[in-house]
Parts: sequence; structure tokens; C-alpha cells
Amino acid sequence: MSCCVSGAEFPNAVALRALNDEIMLASRTVEEGVRQTDLSVPAIHCGACIQKIEKALAKLPGVEQARVNLSTKRVSIRWHAATTPPPFIEALNEIGYGAHLYDTASDGKDKTQTELVRALAVAGFAASNIMLLSVSVWSGAEPATRDLFHWLSALIAFPALAYSGRIFFRSAWQALRHGQTNMDVPISIGVLLAFGLSLYETIHHGQHAYFDASITLLFFLLIGRTLDHVMRERARTAVRGLANLAARGALVAKPDGTQDYLPVEKIETGMTILLAAGERVPVDALVLKGRSELDCSLVSGESLPQPAEEGTTLQAGTLNLTGPLTIVAKAAAKDSFLAEMVRMMEAAESGRSVYRRIADRASRLYAPVVHLTALLTFIGWMSIEGDLHRALTIAIAVLIITCPCALGLAVPMVQIVAARRLFEQGIMVKDGGALERLAEIDTVVFDKTGTLTIGEPKLASHSGSGEMLALAAAIAAHSRHPYSRALTAAGKVTAGQFEIASVSEHAGAGLEAEIGGSRYRLGRPEWAAPGAMRNETDAARVMLACDGHLLASFDFDDELRPDTAAAISALKADGLALEVLSGDRAAPVEALAAQLGLPHVAHVSPGGKTAHVAAIAAAGHRALMVGDGLNDAPALIAAHVSMAPASAADINRNAADLVFLRESLLAVPQAIEVARRARALVRQNLTLAIGYNLIAVPLAVMGGVTPLVAAIAMSGSSLIVVGNALRLGRIRAPKRGEPRPVTGVSALRDFPEEFAEATR
Amino acid sequence: MNDFLYLVPIALILGLIGLMAFMWSLRSGQYDDLDGAAERILLDDEDKPLPSKRPQPK
Repeated sequence: MSCCVSGAEFPNAVALRALNDEIMLASRTVEEGVRQTDLSVPAIHCGACIQKIEKALAKLPGVEQARVNLSTKRVSIRWHAATTPPPFIEALNEIGYGAHLYDTASDGKDKTQTELVRALAVAGFAASNIMLLSVSVWSGAEPATRDLFHWLSALIAFPALAYSGRIFFRSAWQALRHGQTNMDVPISIGVLLAFGLSLYETIHHGQHAYFDASITLLFFLLIGRTLDHVMRERARTAVRGLANLAARGALVAKPDGTQDYLPVEKIETGMTILLAAGERVPVDALVLKGRSELDCSLVSGESLPQPAEEGTTLQAGTLNLTGPLTIVAKAAAKDSFLAEMVRMMEAAESGRSVYRRIADRASRLYAPVVHLTALLTFIGWMSIEGDLHRALTIAIAVLIITCPCALGLAVPMVQIVAARRLFEQGIMVKDGGALERLAEIDTVVFDKTGTLTIGEPKLASHSGSGEMLALAAAIAAHSRHPYSRALTAAGKVTAGQFEIASVSEHAGAGLEAEIGGSRYRLGRPEWAAPGAMRNETDAARVMLACDGHLLASFDFDDELRPDTAAAISALKADGLALEVLSGDRAAPVEALAAQLGLPHVAHVSPGGKTAHVAAIAAAGHRALMVGDGLNDAPALIAAHVSMAPASAADINRNAADLVFLRESLLAVPQAIEVARRARALVRQNLTLAIGYNLIAVPLAVMGGVTPLVAAIAMSGSSLIVVGNALRLGRIRAPKRGEPRPVTGVSALRDFPEEFAEATR
Repeated sequence: MNDFLYLVPIALILGLIGLMAFMWSLRSGQYDDLDGAAERILLDDEDKPLPSKRPQPK
């Protein structure tokens, strides 16, 4: 996992101003004269980090308060709105934490979760109090006391039902209005009828009231609902916290000579934009001035940096690597490449068949059966005894006992435990339905650049001695070009080994350094050593030359993700059909596919990828699409289920059903394995729930269910399915390395996290 | 029977107080950072409450 965005490496004052403007843009006013900025700091992992970061930030002038949130790995900083924001990001980089802006505007308070937790609290309060009263009734209270307690129960139950139950009533009403039924319909009917009957009984001094059953039912179901929501929200927060890879704005040069930092949406066709090295192209544009190289890997899957000069057309989202460019916008943001991808994603979305979750499919069968049984019970008792009150009581008892309490918990509980397991392994699941779909797949389609590979070049081989490599590394340390970074990482330089007098970077060519009076050049072969022979121009090759004499050449290779071979063979052993689908040129795709022994298709357009995935679906197969580039985004939507690495484009991380945060590709087989195990457990739980009904329903139909029996049966069945779901958490996966080896021990988390202590 | 007249209200009020306390803690953001709260108890430093006007000690 790339640990930090290069916020600190902005080369000139213009870019620094742009960064400050960006911070202003992303901050908000909390009170008079005080602004708040939220930063995402993915490397926070322990108490020491909290202390270090808060101290360092509080020392900055103008900072009023800095508060770290360890759960979301964010820092919120309140600062006095002066002319320029304090240098938060630089301060964090200095103490070794990468940080990036977190957009507070898009992150409204999570209302649903608050509503659910409140409803849960109210239901819990009501359920415990009513249960207390009910126990004394069951233990044989005298009729007067019993009536008093029934009235008290009714008094507590009514507001609780209105407050906590509305979540179910609302959803049930929505479904009924559209002529459908979901799990909430039988729940609402059961709860409301139980309450109505109990109220009637209470008024007529009846013996049995089901207030406790109806509220306990709500309580149990709300637990399932809340946990389900928390799981999805956690995944969403984790994904949102990752670096924002799209440009947020750009520095626009106005005709009158002034410069202004504008958000991307405000950039119009014809505007002149100053693009510093290290920035992403905000909209589709044409180069007016300057030379540079562009990293297109995230956009097209192309693994080699592409040269750019006057007249080159740039796609939005590509990264400017080496030199500043002056570009003119060719399209507004809404017409750019990114927007085109969004449109294709929408088209793919509408073309995909709607997946119905297991719970919904089950309830579709379940609700009519339950309601029919209750109706038949009523008719049966009417024809036998002709006592309307008795027949009605028994029919409602049937509805209460069959209320899908266990069913409502059976599926979400398993999915929550499974999501927790995956979370420990650095895999985020967006919702429970994704797990169900993941268990069904028979085909896996991989993107190449950034998915099977890391998307960063690595030194593959070099000619020349180790000293030459060290020299090249020393020179390369002055550049942010991917090849330079690879060289710096590969070469070992001892301090003071080379006396480099000066280094200059020539955009689109390479680096020139002066050492001991000689001019050294490191860069494109034809520029560094014009006389030297060259083979195919296609290869990713850099040469080091001294005054035009070739010293060494370096070949680069896109490095495979760790464990790729192991992951591929695990998937093959599982009997899944695998495939590589890349937008890159044929040669590198072919080489990689041959290395892994996979069938491949190269040079595919984004539309082609979508069509390919759709064709797999049309052939009756279910495909998992794994991809990181913008060009993969529509295909991610079109696929049955999709995964993206954390390094993927923002739009992909939002589109994918699962996001894996660690570099290892083993995340794919791990996720599939957990999903399959979860499916098995869901089936077991559904069987258990049905088995419970097979025992309880005849009892209810015969009129043998008192409120006491109902309470015991419901709690019992719920406990059984929850217990069964927890079995998934007990089977422990072998521990894998953390994304950042430095953090090491923080991986030792146990389920459930709330009760776990971070081992230090 | 007379005992109920004060016992039952007391029980209910106690329950309500608990409910209110939970709602308050929820609203004041005490569940926002469960992992952080677990770690902060180990920090030796003087830890200020959330909104503070005092400058950072030392």
C-alpha cells in the first residue's frame, strides 16, 4: 500500500499556493473565526501515534486543537482562520505520517445509524421493563395486579412501538405500496396485531397479553438491522478515507494575468490551466506549452509513462510526472473522460439484472405461507368451536410465533461476522449482498496494470557494476519519475559517496548531473547516449552515460503484486475460470499472462471491457471483476460482483463491492473462501429457523402458545442462529503481514473488535 | 398492592434515567472513536476535554 500522497513534494511556490487553496476549499467554518479541516492519516495505528500527531499539530501556530480519531484514522484540526492555513500536511510528513485531505462536505452525519441506535436503545429499555412486569404475571399475579401490570406494559409498549417500530413499518409500507412484499411486511403485521390483541385483552381483563413478545421481537430485529448497517458504514468510511486520486481543482491563469484556484466543476472549455509536476489532469485538455511525461496507468492501463509536448491531448485523471505544463481545457468536467466513464457505469448498471438477497427471496416465500397458515388456523377454530375471540387469539399467536425473528437475524449475523473476518484481513465489504454474490462466481476477470501488478515499475535487470547502479540511484533521488523512484529503491548509496554538484531534470528526457566536472545523463537512451546502439524502442529502458559515453543501462518491469502466483494457483485449484483483460499494449500483457499461465485479451477499450464482462454474464457465467483503473469502472459495475485494490481510482473504489487494502493478491481467494463459508452458514441458519417453525407452528395452531411459550421460543431460536453465526469467527485464518510492516503488532485483533485490546 | 404505587414508578424512572444517559452519551460523540478511547486511557499526558480554550500545556 502506498503510504502517502506526495503532498510535501510540491516543487514550487505556485503549487504550494494551490495546496493552501485546496485546504481552504476542503475546510469548513465551525464557529466565528475558527475553521476545521479533516485529514485522513492512514498510518495511525496506536496510542503513541495519537500522542505524537496531536502534539506536533498543536505546536503549529494558529492551530487551536487537533484531535485524532483512531477508529476512522482521521485527524480533525481546528485552526484560526488566518490568511493561510497552518502547514498541517508538512508537519505530519515531518514526523513520518502521510496525510491527505478528507472532504468533510461530502460526509454528512450518518443519520441512519443514529436513528437505528436510538430505536434500539428505546426498544431495549421497553423490552427489559415489560419483561420484568411479564415475569411477575407469569409467576401467577392476582387478577388485579395482573391487570395493572398489563396496563403498565401497554403504556410502555405503545411509545416504544411507535418510535422503534417505524423503521419496519416505513419499509413495509414502501414495499406494499409498490405491490411487493419484503421481510418487514410479516414483521409489521405480526407486531401490530400482537399489540392490538394485547390491548383488547387488557381492556377486557384478559389473562394473556403479548406486549413483551412484540417489543422483544422489535429489539432482536433491530440488533440485526443495526449491526448490518454498522458493517456497511465501516467499510464505506474506510474506503472514503483513502487518498482522493481525482484532481480537486486546478490553478487557472486568467486572461488578465492573475491566477485563481478553481474547483474542478467550475473549469470551462478554453480555460488555461497551469499544471505542476505531481498533479493530476483535471479535465480533458490540450498541451499549450511545456514537456513532460504522464502516468496513464490509472486511466488506460498503459504501464509506460507517455511523453507529452505541445499539441498532445491529455485525458482527465492522468498524472503529470516530470515537468510543469500549460494546458487548455478541451471539455468541462461533466464532459471529460471521467464523466464518460460515469455514464458507461450507469448504462452498465441499468443493464445488469437486479440481484435479490437471500433474505428477500426467503421472505417472498415465507410471508404468504405464514399469513395463509394464520388464516387457516382462524377458519379452522371458527368452524370447530365458533368462538370468534378464541379463534382470533390463536391465529394471532401463530403470527407472533412465526414472526421471522430468527430469520431476520439468521442472514445478517453471518454476514456481519464474515465481514469482520474479512476486515481483519484488510478486505472491506460494502454490503451483505456482495458476499452472497461472491459465493456464486465461477469466473474471475483480472485487469493487469495496478491489479495483477502493483502499477509501479521495478528495476528488472541492469548492465554495469553495482557502483553504476549506486550512482544512478544517487542521481535518480532528485526526481519523482517512476523509473527514478525504482532506481532509488534498488540502489544502495552510502552517504557522501558521490559529490553531485548540480542536477537538472529535462522533462521528457531525463536527468543531467554534474559530478567532478563531468556531465552525467540518466534518461531516455537516445538522449543520454545518442551514439549507443539501441534495440527495440518499446522496452522500458533507461541509460546512464558520462559525457555521451554509455556506462550502464537499466530495464524496468512492472512488478507483480505479492503472492500473485499463489493467489492465481489457489483460484485455479478452486476450479474457477481465470482471465486477464487489459487496456495495455499486447506485448506486456502477453508476457505477464504467459508467466501466470492465463488466457488474455489485450488493448481493450473501456467499452470493450464492459461488453466482455456482459458477454460472460450472457453465457450464463457469473464473473468477479478485479480492476483498479478508470477504464475498468464500467466493467466493475457490469460484473456479477467486483473487487478493487485500495490504490484504485476513487470511482472504482466506490463502484466495487469489495476493496482490499493490502497489497497481496491473496485477498481475492480469501474473500471467496469466506464468502462461501458464509453462504454455508446462512443456509444452516435458514434451516434452523425453518426447523424451529416446524416445531413451534403446530403448537401454536393447536392453541398451546401462551405469552410465556412465545417469549422462550423466540429468544431461544434467536440465540441459536446467532451462536451458529459466531462459529465463522472462531475458525481463524493464518495471520498475514500488515500493509505497513512498521506497524506490525497492530494486526493482532480479535473478534469482536469492541472487546479487543490492541496488543502492544 | 400499595407498595406498587411507589415501587413501579421508581423502577421505571431508574430505567428512563439509564435510557437518557445513553442518549446523551450518544449525542455527545462518546461512541465516535471506540478504539481511540481505549488507547487514550494509557496516555500519561494531561488530556484536555474536547472543547478547550486553554493553550496546550508547556
